[in-house]
Order: sequence, then structure tokens, then C-alpha cells
Amino acid sequence: MPDDRSPQGASITMRNLTKRYGDFTAVDSIDLEARPGEFLTLLGPSGSGKTTTLNMIAGFADVTSGDLLIDGRAVTNLPPYKRNIGMVFQHYALFPHMTVAQNVEYPLRQRKIPGAERRTLVEQALEMVGLGHLGRRRPKELSGGQQQRVALARAMVYSPRVLLMDEPLGALDKKLRDSLQLEIKRIHADLGTTFVYVTHDQDEALILSDRIAVFNNARIEQIGSPTELYEYPNTLFVAQFLGESSLFHGVSEGGREADSNGHHLCAVRGPEHARGAGIAVVVRPERIRIEPDGPPPGSVNAVPGTVVQHIYLGNSRKVEVRLDDGTVVLVRESAGAISSASVDDRIWLTFHPDDAAILASGDSQPAAPKQAATASL
Amino acid sequence: MIPLSFTDRPTFTFPPTGWSTQWYANFFSDPSWMAALQASIQVGVLVAIVATVCGTAAALALSRTRFFGQQGLRALLLAPMLVPVIVIAIGLYALFLRLNLLGTTFGFVVAHSVLALPFVIIPVMASLQGFDRRLEDAAAICGAGRWTTFRTVTLPLVAPGVLSGAVFAFATSFDEVVLSLFIQSPYLQTLPVRMYSSVTRDTDPTIAAAATLILALTTVVTVLASLYATRRRNAG
Repeated sequence: MPDDRSPQGASITMRNLTKRYGDFTAVDSIDLEARPGEFLTLLGPSGSGKTTTLNMIAGFADVTSGDLLIDGRAVTNLPPYKRNIGMVFQHYALFPHMTVAQNVEYPLRQRKIPGAERRTLVEQALEMVGLGHLGRRRPKELSGGQQQRVALARAMVYSPRVLLMDEPLGALDKKLRDSLQLEIKRIHADLGTTFVYVTHDQDEALILSDRIAVFNNARIEQIGSPTELYEYPNTLFVAQFLGESSLFHGVSEGGREADSNGHHLCAVRGPEHARGAGIAVVVRPERIRIEPDGPPPGSVNAVPGTVVQHIYLGNSRKVEVRLDDGTVVLVRESAGAISSASVDDRIWLTFHPDDAAILASGDSQPAAPKQAATASL
Repeated sequence: MIPLSFTDRPTFTFPPTGWSTQWYANFFSDPSWMAALQASIQVGVLVAIVATVCGTAAALALSRTRFFGQQGLRALLLAPMLVPVIVIAIGLYALFLRLNLLGTTFGFVVAHSVLALPFVIIPVMASLQGFDRRLEDAAAICGAGRWTTFRTVTLPLVAPGVLSGAVFAFATSFDEVVLSLFIQSPYLQTLPVRMYSSVTRDTDPTIAAAATLILALTTVVTVLASLYATRRRNAG
């Protein structure tokens, strides 16, 4: 769409936003701001409150308490059709009794835009998603990916200042998802519209977002750029939900130092903890080295373990190592640096304090669990 | 019945010994038969409109909202299908007598609509059940108000249910005898009522012609409606 038509994206502000259904709290007093033109992703497991939050922004769910502002204007009492927001639904929600072009034209008709201009805008929107030639088809004659493109065209044809997307790629296969992700990213860059994107797919969130808000149990665990969240998780939940993590459970010795089964560990990231608190030292699998011949001199963090199994992946090798407390951690060796360790070998794991974050283990994570359930594969 | 309507004798001899269309000529030239046919069509069309509008609204309320007494209302609206017509007829007769509605078009339309309502509510509710409500959200976010959403999205997609409801409503009214006998007057008789009095008074085969015409009309309406519904389904 030409630049003179595309307005800057709007800001969305949520203050103490809460949604309750009877006794059940779906969204528990969250504070979140989408900056103008930003690609903000709400990421979390199902039932964490991300979709409810999106539905409140759209106006489909009433706000129980708190403030919701679009461009500084309270919209809490505005019905969906007055909010001037675009939305793409998970299952497309195309009108089956209309042609593709009529679907895209629908929001323009509601805005009483004259016929000639309507046709031009519909054509442009369909061109933008690469479906210029399919305007006269019915939605059900199109593939899933094409239907979602139509839904995207319908959502942006009237240049809304906010575009909401509710797991738009959830129903598509992997290959199609990848290509549509790039397309969505390009469209976002072209339009300058504020995007709020809901997904439970961490890879998708990392690829698309300017910033990600990680939801868990109706609350936001952490907000930050993909790099911030991946490299500097504030909570164990974020560390485990975004990418793979290896956990060394132990007890804090104050500051960012800890004892894990008699081995002294030291981390640079994460909050400081009081002495005696249950903690976990979290390291990304690609940051851990396997030392079959014992830790080299000068290693700050070194923990022994036994190789359980290894999986060759071409560009890397995944090794599962059982620590002495029974925890299984994951190590990823890149193709150029694969060690000689094989199953049942007694080896040492080392990592640099710069690559480690020390995080509170929380109620759900006992200080030294006997079971192995840390590495999310 | 159909062969009898083409007989050349003024009696119900079967099989007919000769053929003629005189009973059809008789039917179409007799003012009382024509008045009855006209009344039936008029009442039938009005009932189709009234019952379809009310029944669709009721179906929407019953399937979309939750309110106190919902189950009771649902049972009440569907009751005319289960309660013997004679019971309704006696009740309505007493009521209409008091309200001076006996033998009026308005009275006929009200009475037949009560009977026809369940036949609208049931198919419309079935259509609504298969309707994806996310489509209404999509229309709303596109800027359509509630009424526009209903008119441009909901109604076109449940149209097959509404249409079959309308056809059933028309047929219910067009075929109705028992209730109509109670609320008729010499000035307003529907076709089935006229047929009934014909059976009891006359003995000529005009009634066979009338019955054949009713059969033909209801068949044509039903076939047209189902053809339309099939075409829509293939197109949509």
C-alpha cells in the first residue's frame, strides 16, 4: 500500500487489566504497552491468558477491571465495530457465502467507501498477499494458506492502526508457516501498523517479534526483545519456555553463587539471591562444553555426569547427560566441536559464568529433584 | 384421488369410465371454492411470514442467550407440536369468541402461526448450531454493527434453515383442518374447511379436483424450496 495511505501504528496501553469469568481469573492485572508500529507477541502455553488479552483489545471480551487505551483513548466501553482494529483469526473466519474479493471489500463497505476506490483498495490488498488473480473464487476453493492470506488482506485493507493476530498460522503445516511468517514480517515492515500477535510457538515469536510478552498463569512473566528473553531470562519459566535450557539445581550461597551437589557454581546473569534459597543455574545447551578428560585448569563451573544418549543432527550433536543428583541436562555440540564422549562415559560439563543465569527455582521446582525433567526437547 | 378428479361422471366411480376436466372447470368457476383457495393462499403466505420472523427470532434467543425460564419458554414454543390440535382449537375458539376474532384473516393467521412456530424454530436452531460464531466476530471487527452483521453474515448463512421453516409454516397453514373448522365463519373459509363441508354436503368430484390442486401446490412449493437450498449449498 502506498505510503501516503498508511497511518502510523497506534499505541496500546494496558494498566492493571483483569478479566474474570466467575471465580476463574483469566487475566490477572497485567501491565503491558504496545508501542506505535511495534510487533508485539503474546507468548505462552494454552490457558495462560494471552488470547483473552487479545480478545479484550478487540472488544470481544469485556474488561473486568483496569484500563485499556488505544492511542491514549480509553476503549473499554467501545464495541468491536467502533475500534477500527484489524484482526486475523486462527481459523480464518472468512465469509463462506462471499467471494474472496467480497470478503476483502466487506470492511470497506461498512466504512461507506465509494465503489471505485473500494475496487482499487481490494486489488492492492490482494496483490500485497500475492492473490491478485483469485478475487472471484470462493474461500472454500482455496488452500489453507491462501485462505489465511485472504484473511490478512481483509484485516489490512482499511489500513487499521492496530492489527491483531490470533495464532494465524496454527492450522497450517510447517513449510507454509515458514513462508507466511516471512510474509507477515514484510507486511508489518511495509505498513508500519502496530501488530499484536498471539502464539504458543516460541520459534515463531523469536522470528517475528520486536518484543515478546511471556504469559503464564494469567500473568506476564517477562517482557523484552527476543534476544533479552533468550539471553537474560528472569524466571525459570521463561528460560524453559523460550528455547532449550539445561538446569543445575542447587542452593544459593549468596549473590550469584551457588552450590550444586558439592560443586561450586558461579553465574553472571539473573537476580541476586539470599543465602540458602533454592535456585537453578540455567545454561543454554549450546553454551555447555563436554570435557571427557576432566575440566581443564581454570574452569570456573565444572560438574561431572554420565552420558545417557546422543543424537546426531547433521549440523550439531545433542547429548543427554545425567548429573549425580539424577537430573538430565542437554548439551548441544556444533558440528566443528563434537567431543569423543559416547554412552555411559563419565565426563565433565563446563560453562562460562557469562553464559549462566541463576534463577529462583520456585515452588514447582524443588531444590534437587530426583527425576529428570529439565531439558525441553 | 387424481384419476377421480378427471372423471366424466358426477359420482365417485372407480376406476373412472371416461375422462373430463369438468370438475376443474367447476372448481375454478364456483365462487365459494375460489374464495376458499384465495383465503388459504393469503393466510398461508401471511403465516409463513409471521411464523418465520417470530420463529427465527425465538430460535436466536433460545440458542444464543441464557436467561431465566429459557427451558420453559422453549417447551412452551414447541408444545403445539405435541399437544392435540383439538385442545388448542377449543382453547382458541373460546378466546377468539371473546375477542371477536372468529372468521377473520387476522385470527386465522395468529392461530396457524402458533401451530407453525415449532416447524420454524427447529430447523433454524439446527442451522444456528452449525454456524461458526467467529464469523460474527470477524464482521464486527470489520466495522459491522450488530444488525448489519445479522443481515449480511448470520442470515445468509442460516437461510436454508429459515427457508425450510417458511415452507413448513406455509404447508402447516395450508393443510390445517381441525383448528380452522373451529375458527371459520361462512365469510372466511380456507380450502380444507371448504373441502370438509363439501364432503359432508355435496357428493360431486369437485373435491377430488380441489385435493389434487392442494397436493400439486404443496409439492411444487416444497420441490422449489429444496432445489433452491441445494443450489445454494453447491454455490456456497
